[in-house]
Amino acid sequence: MKTIEVDARGEQCPIPMIKAKKALEELGGAGTVQIRVDNEIAVQNLKKMAAQKKLGFQSEKKGERDYQAELKQDSLPEAADGRGGAEQTGGEAVFQETEESYMNCAVGPQKHLVAAVGSRFMGDGSEELGRILMKGFLFALSQLDELPETILFYNGGAYLTTECPDSLEDLKAMENQGVEILTCGTCLDYYGLKEKLQVGGVTNMYQIAEKLAGATQVIQP
Amino acid sequence: MKENRIFCKGGGCTAKLGPAALQKVLKQLPKFEDPNLLVGFEGSDDAAVYRLTDELAIVQTLDFFPPMVEDPYLFGQIAAANALSDVYAMGGTVKTALNIVCFPETEDLNLLGEILQGGSDKVREAGGVLSGGHSIADEGIKYGLSVTGVIHPGKILRNNTCRPGDQLLLTKPLGVGIVTTADRVGEASEEAKKLAVRSMSFLNRRASEILREYPVHGCTDVTGFSFLGHLMEMLDGGYTAAVDSGAVPYIPEARAYADEFYLTAGGQRNRNFLGDLVEFRREDFAMEEILFDPQTSGGLLAALSPKDASEACKRIEELGLPCGIVGEVFPGEKKILVN
Repeated sequence: MKTIEVDARGEQCPIPMIKAKKALEELGGAGTVQIRVDNEIAVQNLKKMAAQKKLGFQSEKKGERDYQAELKQDSLPEAADGRGGAEQTGGEAVFQETEESYMNCAVGPQKHLVAAVGSRFMGDGSEELGRILMKGFLFALSQLDELPETILFYNGGAYLTTECPDSLEDLKAMENQGVEILTCGTCLDYYGLKEKLQVGGVTNMYQIAEKLAGATQVIQP
Repeated sequence: MKENRIFCKGGGCTAKLGPAALQKVLKQLPKFEDPNLLVGFEGSDDAAVYRLTDELAIVQTLDFFPPMVEDPYLFGQIAAANALSDVYAMGGTVKTALNIVCFPETEDLNLLGEILQGGSDKVREAGGVLSGGHSIADEGIKYGLSVTGVIHPGKILRNNTCRPGDQLLLTKPLGVGIVTTADRVGEASEEAKKLAVRSMSFLNRRASEILREYPVHGCTDVTGFSFLGHLMEMLDGGYTAAVDSGAVPYIPEARAYADEFYLTAGGQRNRNFLGDLVEFRREDFAMEEILFDPQTSGGLLAALSPKDASEACKRIEELGLPCGIVGEVFPGEKKILVN
């Protein structure tokens, strides 16, 4: 395999990256670019570049103000950062998914996380603060690694899926990620909000009771 | 005119010392105790504020750096706009300015004349008075200003006093560091350069004056530590900021230049410094680089209530640069989520 050596010591970023890019082009196909730089930040920038271009990367400190980074290209450049690379990643993802679902089965019963929101405000006290807190809560919920399976809105909570714009985007984002969002129909009727539902579906008390009873964990803000 | 060019290698705010290195040194200095020093080192705020009377305080700042553009007059303008900006970030009014000059003895003095002319024009535009300066012979060119402004002690815009529920308003586009870096290797388009230069030489004066008409909860200017670095300083009170990367204004070409790896060491230092405190929720390498890009004479970043933010944003947009409401403050730990 071909190896190209580049000395970029004494050069500031972005010059080391540009020299490395040129060397990779020169390489044309499989091979290695060894590049010497005089600072660690340049090594880190080269590492980012390797990650973006899906190249193998390793680095070594040779001495004071002397580092060597190695970028390894396995195949033709088209396959490394063009369509070929995308296909490759796609294939890996499918494999990982299968492995993950297998893991889930092995671990045991699935968690049923349900959030129950019974007010448009979070906590007792100032309504202004309560509104800010509720917005913050629903946002934080949307950022959890493990999203709830269902979010139930009832009583004043019905405002959050209808008139109140504060959290609609977060709720829609969660719905897009598969979270079931349900608002109590009786509550929508009571507050005259039925025509204003912006996100999720309508539910009734039987379903609410069922969801809460079936949950392994209920979060109530 | 070929001779009217200055040699630049990694100038502007990309030349700043890294935040980590700086913090280490500053921590070791003994603190000064004076009740009239309203803003000092601690909050890593933009300028120092010292109270003279109950109604009057002075705002002091200084900034200078090597050239990031080849045209000496433009460099003078940009360096001055950048130095003056710290006063605007505090909500102050510019009064006097002093030149800071490093210039090689062997270099053509006409270049220095043009740099100083650029600076002088910006001080005039700021409504200030250029009142002196200091120059030394040095290997490379460096220029900037020491600026003094005034402010009412009760109307200081601190950088770390935002509140949950606030929206974040950014008044200039990001990406000037990446564009000037691409330019250094001859890869920036005329259009990208034009917008970058226009943005860097644009005073933050009007934007600051508009913001002051609203109850601003926190304000800073975006410079060498990047958008994310300066936003992190705003979250010192212990809040989470959610950044909407789709709403962030930036110089359009910066995205392609980042993908071509026209990156600075400064950007990577900013990334290292913030580390795990920033979480990217979607994969977008170029946007990450834009958000970590050191800015020279960047825009103001202000925290206001949603209603005030959208109104102020509309008015600031009319000044002629891309701006936007780029995120929101939430209760939580000190952290930035980029969506």
